[in-house]
Amino acid sequence: MAVGKSPRRKDAVAKVTGRARYTDDLSMPGMLYAKYVRSPIAHGRVLHIDTQKAQSLYGVEAVFTFEDVPDKRFATAGHPYSLDSKHTDIADRRLLTGHVRYQGDEVAIVVARDRLTAEAAVELVQVKYEEYPVAVNAQTALKADTPPIHEGGNVIGSHRFEVGGMLEKAFEEADEIVESHYQTGVVQHCHIENHSTYAYMDDMEHIVVVSSTQIPHICRRIVGEALDIPWGRVRVVKPYIGGGFGNKQDVILEPMAAFLCMKLGGVPVKIELPREECFISTRTRHSTRSNIRAGTTKDGVLKGLDIEIFSNTGAYASHGHAIMGAAGSKSCNLYPRSVIKLKATTHYANIPTAGAMRAYGSPQVIFGIECLMEEAARAINMDSLDFRIKNVARQGDINPLKEKEILSCGMVECLENGRELIGWDAKKKAYKNQTGHLRRGLGVACFSYGSGTYPACVEIAGARLILNQDGSVHLQIGATEIGQGSDTAFCQMAAETLGVSFDNIHVVSTQDTDVSPFDTGAYASRQTYVVAPAVKQAAQELKAKILAYTALMTGQVPESLDLIAGNVVFANRPDKVVLPLDKVAMDTYYHKERGGQLTADVSYKTRTNSPSFGCTFVDLEVDIPLCKVFIKEIFNVHDSGVIIHPQMAAGQVHGGLAMGIGMALYEELLIDENSGYIYNNNLLDYKMPTCMDIPDLGCAFVETREPTGGYGNKSLGEPPNITPAPAIRNAVWDATGVKIDEIPMTPKTLYRHFAKAGLI
Amino acid sequence: MQKEITCTINEKQYVLSVDVRKSLLDILRDLGITSVKEGCGVGECGACTVLIDEIPADSCITLAVWADGKTIRTVEGESANGQLSKVQQAYIDAGAVQCGFCTPGMIMTTTAFVEKHKDCKVSREDIRKGHAGNLCRCTGYETIISAVEMCLKDSDNNDSGKN
Amino acid sequence: MFAIERYNKAQNVKEAVNLLAADPDAKIIAGGTDVLIRLHGGSKEYRNLVDINGLAELKEISEEAGGAVRIGSMATFSEIMDSDIVNRCVPVIAEAVSTVGGPQLRNTATMGGNICNGAVSADSAGALLVLQADLEIQGIGGEREVPVVGFHQGPGRVSLKQGDVLTAFRIKPENYKGFGASYYKYAMRDAMDIATIGCAAAARLDGDKIDELRLAFTVAAPKPIRCEHAEKTAAGKPLSEKTLEAISDIVQKDVKPRSSWRAAQEFRLHLIRTLTQRVVRQAIERAGGKF
Repeated sequence: MAVGKSPRRKDAVAKVTGRARYTDDLSMPGMLYAKYVRSPIAHGRVLHIDTQKAQSLYGVEAVFTFEDVPDKRFATAGHPYSLDSKHTDIADRRLLTGHVRYQGDEVAIVVARDRLTAEAAVELVQVKYEEYPVAVNAQTALKADTPPIHEGGNVIGSHRFEVGGMLEKAFEEADEIVESHYQTGVVQHCHIENHSTYAYMDDMEHIVVVSSTQIPHICRRIVGEALDIPWGRVRVVKPYIGGGFGNKQDVILEPMAAFLCMKLGGVPVKIELPREECFISTRTRHSTRSNIRAGTTKDGVLKGLDIEIFSNTGAYASHGHAIMGAAGSKSCNLYPRSVIKLKATTHYANIPTAGAMRAYGSPQVIFGIECLMEEAARAINMDSLDFRIKNVARQGDINPLKEKEILSCGMVECLENGRELIGWDAKKKAYKNQTGHLRRGLGVACFSYGSGTYPACVEIAGARLILNQDGSVHLQIGATEIGQGSDTAFCQMAAETLGVSFDNIHVVSTQDTDVSPFDTGAYASRQTYVVAPAVKQAAQELKAKILAYTALMTGQVPESLDLIAGNVVFANRPDKVVLPLDKVAMDTYYHKERGGQLTADVSYKTRTNSPSFGCTFVDLEVDIPLCKVFIKEIFNVHDSGVIIHPQMAAGQVHGGLAMGIGMALYEELLIDENSGYIYNNNLLDYKMPTCMDIPDLGCAFVETREPTGGYGNKSLGEPPNITPAPAIRNAVWDATGVKIDEIPMTPKTLYRHFAKAGLI
Repeated sequence: MQKEITCTINEKQYVLSVDVRKSLLDILRDLGITSVKEGCGVGECGACTVLIDEIPADSCITLAVWADGKTIRTVEGESANGQLSKVQQAYIDAGAVQCGFCTPGMIMTTTAFVEKHKDCKVSREDIRKGHAGNLCRCTGYETIISAVEMCLKDSDNNDSGKN
Repeated sequence: MFAIERYNKAQNVKEAVNLLAADPDAKIIAGGTDVLIRLHGGSKEYRNLVDINGLAELKEISEEAGGAVRIGSMATFSEIMDSDIVNRCVPVIAEAVSTVGGPQLRNTATMGGNICNGAVSADSAGALLVLQADLEIQGIGGEREVPVVGFHQGPGRVSLKQGDVLTAFRIKPENYKGFGASYYKYAMRDAMDIATIGCAAAARLDGDKIDELRLAFTVAAPKPIRCEHAEKTAAGKPLSEKTLEAISDIVQKDVKPRSSWRAAQEFRLHLIRTLTQRVVRQAIERAGGKF
């Protein structure tokens, strides 16, 4: 049995020996380097552009400006294509632009023989701009007299629903109504590998794009759309990738690399962003402002939740039109017995483009909700953990929005488990009535998340299994390994169902759209959930073929046979080997009269989407005069169904927790309110936590068995990132009595609040 | 401008004519030693960490000419004859490998750290301080610190770097 | 690859002085952690380099017969942190430089560079100021020694002329013996960061009174500074909370922090007041004092 164990990752040795090759490690002879000419202003129009000097610099092969690129707008969001024309992504981007919309927007691109020449040439491109007024936030972007950032105005989308009843009526039944305003900042993914892509042509028709992408098959489609070429002529190859976290669920460099390569006769052209450009010109997390109301009865029944939220998508739509709908809907699985009303507005602004980032808007929405739950509990003098336990989802509840039953739910068990782990009851008493500079506090917050994007998008996954001559099996999947360990998890599943040892399952880690089965890629914490049925079915099919073939070889009936630990055995006598698999395999390949390569190739569409659950518990100390928070203990407890690989699962939790701590206490892209200037586009000034800033991280699982999951499993990749911030905020409130409704709670933020509260 | 330098990289002698404008990172990658990754180019992320005369350095802000007369170690040289180093093995056993991009640099930092502290009592805080120059976005550092602890526990009777 | 235009490697300090004197645009590259980062950022000022990176003569850390501690300008932060002499005689320097960046950076960056680049936030500056270190400088006219107090002229500016090479720091025994000292770096992260405010203090006691207090701040003014008013206020005062209060009240007269996107002036002022109390207390305790 392979599922539920922690075998060595398939890519572990490649990665610890430095042999794992990432996009930048696959250079080609004669490769040219492209570098963008970026706008120094946040909003305006190019009046004049002169590339003469740059063109004549030795080593420069070409310079293209916004006037030289196709007049074709395309969408970059890494969503599956939608057959419904009302559900398509917003096509608001050209390869280059004369209307610049954020500091860093791309007006031209230089191609040179080496990086240094490209950098020098960029300096030589002279651009004159007409400046427009800059709007960096909702207040300015949504004012009537603010000039539109795109034709059609600055609102790109809104999402509304009211489910579980009528909000007004629910509030009438409530004894207390609490309300607060929340704010979350712009944060960035900070995968250690920056974006990197190169393109080349082997013939006159087909273009090959090698890229650090989470979504090779979607990327193929978008390159085709952007350049108006048939999708089949584009081949996208994804080597190892150094982290994505959603930032590579967007098609950012690939269409340009393909365009340049085609323009330059098929020679390889590479675009690799330095960290500084990666910070401003890829994607970020949407900053939000929300106003949330909650109504509760005296005895702690949450009656209604009214969420109004503004989400800032920056200069281009990217995923903006989808994120708030996706994030808002998740609250319905968390508090399914409450009336929930959502009104979300997403708008443009003259700041870097926000896109997908780990948990897709949920951390922002849940921050507000879980801060307000703390407030609601306090308003009725109830312990906030008890209040949550009273109101969160239980198995059998009906999600009022999706009208689907929650088939597995360990939310209450997660909260009870966390209560024990952190020592909630004893510490709650101990931390009462503190004085002095150092004060301790406890906090909790909980979440629900989806397992994929169905029914908003198609959920399609592909798996192919091939029996090799030596009795080992190759697994090809369309889903992408981006560090989370999906290759390994799929091998475990294949081994489990097929009856072959994990070590005898090999995986092709590179996705190549010309070869790999179709799958839309790594996002939405979908892969283990939606790929599992494909792998399972492929394994069942291959196993059936192997048994049938063995029956043919041996004269047995297939039904009497089974495949266990790499041997074909008698089903009723598993200790009795009929034939070892390698013998069967050799016969399939090389017997002159019978057989042929045994394969199974499955494409599977999942039509369920099960919610996962979990929570964060934190015990922290606040040094009030220093305006600093020190986390003493922090735990995430998750219900992600059956855990496929406990060690890798814990790894997802640790990483998500740390990213959540970063978002809560450290990280914010700082943008000047008036000019849109970005102050901290580097890893020194943008405070991604180092290991000195992250405490020991605790993690636990409540294993339920999800009936719709191929192996009882549900989502896990993104969820750990959702609740650290509200849990930490609630603990800071607990410690200091100061309610901070914004993140990040950096020392600068804490200073403002502590000073206002008279603590310092 | 070219300068001739002589150095040892992963126990091999090299006589190289290097462009004085290049970083050590540049020339290592030119030689095919691509475990050395560029994550920032300014010594903030540590993905390009190599050992220069056994001391961890960010090769992105080390001029290539400074390698003259030095001994350089990268993760490519840490396993021999199909045998992983203790540190490499500990990273696997602790589950400290995810996307793998920070891994080679992180392993080199650990390798030097473990060699330096093999006879010392070391806390998780000490390990943190010793690894603060290597950023990782996947692991939250939890399993990396555990991997270092495993190396230190195992390093009682021989040096930890190579088998 | 860096956009270096001229590069000369100096074989010794004298050659470095001559190379620098011969080229008014030439700049020293030492540990490289500042210059190469500027070049990465596209700076045009650092394209003509005189390389002193390999000069072993500048790396030595020694204790002179009279008790003065001498630290070569090219000693790296790690070498300083690991030096027995530094840890025995002037531990506050080790404490201060251990807060710089991260391990790799400390393995290559030098204290000479940290002072000569005139950074307002230099972590070594606070410690050197309270120890009243002297700087040994070789220039066209020969050698000279100048105090670190007064060496900083403003953001990125120090009292060096083209052709000058800082060769060593010297801390005289009367400036460290009998003193307890402390440094605290306040930053947004606990590593890989620059100080929001850096505070160093050295105290010598006379029984249960403060005999002499030296207090220095980084990022509290356009250059690293000593705090004259606070120091005067402390002299002769008893070890008490009241004294700490008085020092942290008056220190506002010595500092002039600015508001920037990194931190607002009033926040920095709050930190200055808070750190004054904490760091002075620790320096006094290290001098053997009890509150």
